[in-house]
Amino acid sequence: MRLEKLFWFLSILGLTLCTPSLFVRLSEGLNPTHLGSYVTWGLWEAGYIYFVGLSAGAFLLSTLIYVFGVKKLKPIGKLSLLTALVTLLAAMLSIWVSLGHMERFPKLIFSTSFTSLMGWMVWFYTAYFILLLLELWFALRIDLVELSSQAGFRARLAKVLTFGKISTDLSSAARDERYLKILGSIGVPLAIAFHGGVGALFAVVGARPYWNTSLFPIIFLVGALLSGGAMLTFLSYLTLPQDNTREEIISFLGKIVFTFLIIDVILELTEFLVNFYAGIPAHVYGMKQVLFGKFWWVFFVVHLGLGVILPIFLFSRTKKSSRVIAIVSVLIALTFFAVRLNIVIPGLLMPQLEGLDRAFQEPRLVFHYFPTITEWLVQIWIAALAIFCFLIGFRLFPIMKRGV
Amino acid sequence: MEEDIKNKLSRKNFLKLAGTACAATLASGLLDSKIGVAKEDGPMQEVEADLSKLPPELIKKNELLRMQQDLLNALKKERKERKWSMVLDLRKCIGCSACTLGCKAENVLPPGVVYRPVIDEEIGTYPNVTRRFTPRPCLQCDNPPCVPVCPVKATYKREDGIVVVDYYKCIGCRYCIVACPYNARSADFGELYTKDTPQLEAYESRPTYEYHKIWPRKKGKSPIGNARKCHFCIHRIERGLLPSCVTTCIGEATYFGDMNDPQALVTELIGSSNVIQLKKELGTNPKVYYLL
Repeated sequence: MRLEKLFWFLSILGLTLCTPSLFVRLSEGLNPTHLGSYVTWGLWEAGYIYFVGLSAGAFLLSTLIYVFGVKKLKPIGKLSLLTALVTLLAAMLSIWVSLGHMERFPKLIFSTSFTSLMGWMVWFYTAYFILLLLELWFALRIDLVELSSQAGFRARLAKVLTFGKISTDLSSAARDERYLKILGSIGVPLAIAFHGGVGALFAVVGARPYWNTSLFPIIFLVGALLSGGAMLTFLSYLTLPQDNTREEIISFLGKIVFTFLIIDVILELTEFLVNFYAGIPAHVYGMKQVLFGKFWWVFFVVHLGLGVILPIFLFSRTKKSSRVIAIVSVLIALTFFAVRLNIVIPGLLMPQLEGLDRAFQEPRLVFHYFPTITEWLVQIWIAALAIFCFLIGFRLFPIMKRGV
Repeated sequence: MEEDIKNKLSRKNFLKLAGTACAATLASGLLDSKIGVAKEDGPMQEVEADLSKLPPELIKKNELLRMQQDLLNALKKERKERKWSMVLDLRKCIGCSACTLGCKAENVLPPGVVYRPVIDEEIGTYPNVTRRFTPRPCLQCDNPPCVPVCPVKATYKREDGIVVVDYYKCIGCRYCIVACPYNARSADFGELYTKDTPQLEAYESRPTYEYHKIWPRKKGKSPIGNARKCHFCIHRIERGLLPSCVTTCIGEATYFGDMNDPQALVTELIGSSNVIQLKKELGTNPKVYYLL
């Protein structure tokens, strides 16, 4: 894998340097954050929707292979499932650390309220997690069998993980493919349900007009396909051996990413233009903060500049090397975090009743927010862990083996 | 006449004193037991107020005493037959925020948690200018948007109309806080008033007595990490004491009572022509009404 050493270095650096902040979070609760009673969701909630979007996108692209039979993409099937798995892990960790009572998370399973979209999410994620593990197993099985005949720790681990299902003949391979198709087929509505559901989690809050639009669940799904697809494209570029197959795959993925970029831009434009035309204060307050507030550059420079205009410019060139597509993809994938931040925070910046910001002056009763160092470092730790787990999985298992 | 006034004053003072003394005794008794008092649906606490020795005309004339009587009448009914509501007369509110601080003191609220801020608006331009003050407790909506979004059923609307938070169940996801159209809910971040000062004062670890239980202030323990909100002082009203904001309001602008009782003062006021509900268009149907 290209840049592998860099990723090992970055992830281990991230994990070691940021562990103290994790301990601060665990011992001091949410006190070391800048969250308050008004802007009560922040960096970690944005991290959650960012990573869960990457996961849904990577997974939905894997269904192109296992459900819709796009044979061309076969070499990256297991890669996309692994990507979906580690980003799901990061998403779950992000939302877990954001809870006021982390230790009470079992209540989400044992006392679920199904009037709450958050309640539904927990069940969907559990099902999705199990589905990913199963799919990854079926996709890897024959490769694991072949690996287990070799010597060494990897081979021994592979042998254990075959769970005794060691036949590699055509009928067993066909059976694997059948199961993959079934699982993938369940996964498509599941992924739409959980990621559209995350969008709906925001959209159904009537008290927040910035979120309360019918486009929101759609925007989340398109955003997932865009950011997850871009991340997958980048990782495919890094992991595929340099040959014609790679060029074909990257070119194909590049077209998909470009398409979703255009759709995403259209949806964003719709939201901005429709709301600004009507000009209802509560509906445009958040948008005004995004465009003209203190953090205008997050939208204009990071998202629009690096995440939209530069990619479109580079995509539009007639000669697109895989490398260019990979660069564009990583730009889109990384800058999408800015989009997620601009979803969560601006929705909470406007006082629900005019004058509430001056009604009672106290720390944590303010309508502005910027994450503390602790918040940043914990988020970085989570991202570093995701990269680390990806690398471990990549090294331990025959992810790029063109077996099944 | 003078004697009557003197008697009236001393009776009123005695009532307040007796109430406080009883509360203090009860509290110290509770501290000894170290555990919460009765469960939510346990037997009713012993009512501490007694108006039987006052002349009925006085009770009818004095709004505070009338509300006290309304409260005692409501407590004679089953909980499910009561419907607690509040009326705030904005013509009388002078923006002193005594209610804000009385509530803070009563519920031992830490920094960052406020149940009842008072909004101060300047309307018009000089010389045709005025100021309007709007206290905003939890409006105890009949159709609360904060209830369905809770993923663990930690917040719900009781049969008597109060929307409560179960401090044992709340996982602190803060979805309910985000869903409230009035910013009425707070998150407890474990803040302290005297943090980073030479001495952490003794009052920082005082417990709160919300929901008939004792909640000491300890790191990591509820209500730290939970969502918190105005609950119409359940721990007071079910002992026959009016909510703290009602008794402390110096403008006598805060009314409280059982709107299922056609004789209650709140029921009369809710029928006024100048009554409004905040953000009525959202369909939340709040049980806190405002008189403009």
